[in-house]
Amino acid sequence: MTPQRRIENIALTAITLIAGLIWIFPLYWAFITSIRTESRVVSDSAGLIPDEFSLSSYSDALFNTSLMHWYINSIGTSLIITVIVLITGMMCAYALSQMQFFGRKLLYGVVLASFMVPVQSLVVPQFVLMNDLGLINKWGGIILPQLVVPVVIIIYKQFFDAVPKEMKEAVVLDGGSDYTLLFRVYLPLNWGITTALGIITFIMAWNSFLWPFLVITTEEMMTIPVGITQVNDAFGVAYARIMSVALLAAAPVVIAYLIFQKRVTEAVMISSGVKG
Amino acid sequence: MAIIRNKRRHGLVALSLILPFLAIFALVFAYPLYEVVRLSFTDAPLIGEGNWIGLDNYVRLFSDRIFYISIKNNAYFVVLTVIPTTLIAMVIALAVNRLSGRWQALALVLFFTPYVLPVSVVTQIWAWMLDFQFGVLQPVFTFFTGKPVPVFKNPYWVLPSIAVVTIWWTNGFNVLLILAGLRNIPTDLYEAAALDGATRRQLFARITWPLLWPVTALVLTLQLILQLKLFDQVYLLSEGGPFNTSYVLLLMVYREAFQLNHGGYAAAISLILFLLIAVVSVLQYQLLRIGRGKDT
Repeated sequence: MTPQRRIENIALTAITLIAGLIWIFPLYWAFITSIRTESRVVSDSAGLIPDEFSLSSYSDALFNTSLMHWYINSIGTSLIITVIVLITGMMCAYALSQMQFFGRKLLYGVVLASFMVPVQSLVVPQFVLMNDLGLINKWGGIILPQLVVPVVIIIYKQFFDAVPKEMKEAVVLDGGSDYTLLFRVYLPLNWGITTALGIITFIMAWNSFLWPFLVITTEEMMTIPVGITQVNDAFGVAYARIMSVALLAAAPVVIAYLIFQKRVTEAVMISSGVKG
Repeated sequence: MAIIRNKRRHGLVALSLILPFLAIFALVFAYPLYEVVRLSFTDAPLIGEGNWIGLDNYVRLFSDRIFYISIKNNAYFVVLTVIPTTLIAMVIALAVNRLSGRWQALALVLFFTPYVLPVSVVTQIWAWMLDFQFGVLQPVFTFFTGKPVPVFKNPYWVLPSIAVVTIWWTNGFNVLLILAGLRNIPTDLYEAAALDGATRRQLFARITWPLLWPVTALVLTLQLILQLKLFDQVYLLSEGGPFNTSYVLLLMVYREAFQLNHGGYAAAISLILFLLIAVVSVLQYQLLRIGRGKDT
């Protein structure tokens, strides 16, 4: 590498990282605000450098809001959604990919077509349905309408299609059923894709706002994204506390992302079809 | 006989595999889809039955001033976000792609982290940064306009500001897609072209840009669909105001159904939004097929 190229590379790295730091500034600023006292936050001399370290707004956020309920609701509903979406999706995808049955083409067509329907346009009848089923303000109400994720089936099917036929024949000769094939062969061969789809489904469920916002009206049953909008009313203009709540709300996913960075990155690429 | 029995068994196994998905799909997707169409021809409240009124909802909709304002705002927001975010993502992806190992990982973390935040966390942080009295970004407005601007209460600034917030929040996703596209371009193409004495600009124009186009098209259409479904950020930051300058279709659905108790009318608006997005999605699907060069 010529010296000129080298300097260029260092400069490019530096510029990109500085741009990245500017990009992340809102989170930095939220953090700085959250560890200040309320009076310091709104004083003129409050600069960009941390100058106070107070955790009082965090304890306020944890003990004077329903944050703990919201965590439990978010974790519970998101996990249930992820598990059900993956299991029903992989089963359906296996049948579509490896089995012959009446209406197979039609079913796949329906799955593909439903990919194009924005679920947001179904909120009115879905709400009526949840009301009829008595699921307003219940976990079931949050979970049920979020269980249809056609893209999971589409991606699973692509990966099942690509499994070499020889692997199947060996099991079939030994008298293995399709269940054996799916859970002992196709699934283990595609753990990577299961993780990827699991991560994406979980993030989507964790972050979904509109539907939980519509179906939940009591504070105790809210999920994190809906619940934290309540603290403005509870605290009034109290930015240190509002930022503490926001950061506590964000913490689980951000920490999970930082730990599993590579997997999350891959998951996004695979589930949007740009990487096979 | 054995073959027939096997065939029936095979069919039953297949049915048992698709039934869980199919049952859920029928209950919370297919049935609501039918219902939204049926409701749009009635004057039903949110909960309860209504009377069949034919096309009245649509007639009313097409003479509703708010409907046109919403469509216009949706279109304006698409203009403010789709192409800008794609361009920004492309610049970032090109820069990140040239970094090595851990620097690249670090840069990706910095640009991608906002994407995993819940929308309300994003809006809380930005509402604070743009706060009229104490916002850390207000000096920027003072510098350009001479005075602080209450951005989410100002007809001119409200949608551009929400667009900035949205781009900050979702851009990491686009960076990843474009990065994947860049990684899919074989490096020997660049080596061969460099041997032939191609300049960097030529490398970009002749190799990177054309080979990246399928992913770029994917990002553009995904963004178009996503931004048409705008609701969360507007509801949380401006509630459609001031003077309806940030009113959008989905907000109209919400207001009509859940605040004004007009279930049938809201269903009609939903259906228009649905048709709009379905058309764009069909376009996206075609592009994807062309992009991959195979039938999926």
